[in-house]
Amino acid sequence: MTWALILSFGAVAYALKLLGAVVIGQRSVPAALQRCLLLIPAALLAALITKDTFTSGQEIVLDARIVGLVVAGVLSWRKAPFAVIVFAGVGATALLRAFA
Amino acid sequence: MHYFRAPEARRVVSASLVIGVAFVVFGMSFGVLAVGAGASVAQACVMSLFIFTGASQMSIVSVIAAGGSPASAFGGAVLLAGRNAVYGLAMSPVLDGSLGSRLLGAQWVIDETTALVTAEDGDERKKTVFWVSAPILYAAWNLGTLGGALIGNSIDPTTFGLDAAFPVMFTAMVVPHLRTRNGRRAAAFGAVTSVALAPFLPVGLPILVCALGMLFGLSPEPESGPVRTDGAP
Repeated sequence: MTWALILSFGAVAYALKLLGAVVIGQRSVPAALQRCLLLIPAALLAALITKDTFTSGQEIVLDARIVGLVVAGVLSWRKAPFAVIVFAGVGATALLRAFA
Repeated sequence: MHYFRAPEARRVVSASLVIGVAFVVFGMSFGVLAVGAGASVAQACVMSLFIFTGASQMSIVSVIAAGGSPASAFGGAVLLAGRNAVYGLAMSPVLDGSLGSRLLGAQWVIDETTALVTAEDGDERKKTVFWVSAPILYAAWNLGTLGGALIGNSIDPTTFGLDAAFPVMFTAMVVPHLRTRNGRRAAAFGAVTSVALAPFLPVGLPILVCALGMLFGLSPEPESGPVRTDGAP
């Protein structure tokens, strides 16, 4: 982790917020562009989930993390509180590692 | 500060405290994982203070922890942070005060404050909700980060199954984005593409390719609702 990465991204993240809230203000943005931008989290978060569950570096690895993902998926779908999802998902992985 | 004396302020404070508890837990998880990925306690805290958008912060830590380059970590985080610019369009009725208040308020335009504000009717109520909830959530996120970073500094994260904390938290964060048909399509594309490309591209780059899933937004949604998430800024 480098300060250059943290500070440069901090500046960009704030600039993006300013762009929407202060610069663009009430001007309108094409509906299709707006729909596309709002889809980015769905695509990227799903990509991060499978990357962090099924890969290690550039290798595909299947291990106890899958159990944590399944537990988190079920609890998220049932609208469990955030803390419950995190502790149950991480706990399930740790338990499986301890006994497997 | 007069917004804290508005008639509906108590209701907003209690709603914010509920989300605030989730923010403390998520902030702590972020702090632990950031330190585990090689950040110092100061670096983790500066990230939460100045970046304050959880999905991007987590994605940076996730890519760095997996051995990705700073450039690819930066790219994925920028794409994730782009939605805050879109949220700003919905927040303009709230941010119409002095330049100073707009510069401060802009930093607090995130998933949760946008969801809370868009759920209210009337500009005055929207303002109360924003200026009451945002500082509570900001404080919760940063206190959680500090606590997590201090804990992370004194334990070995790998012994607690904390590598599983990344997919677990991203799962909790993605579910609200799956309510629409295009959201589910984009997520399916991202999930498959990310693993399929992993063996062939440097760590961090497949995530950037996955952003192409946003193109599903070119086709209109049959029905659409407001985007909101639970527990992460």
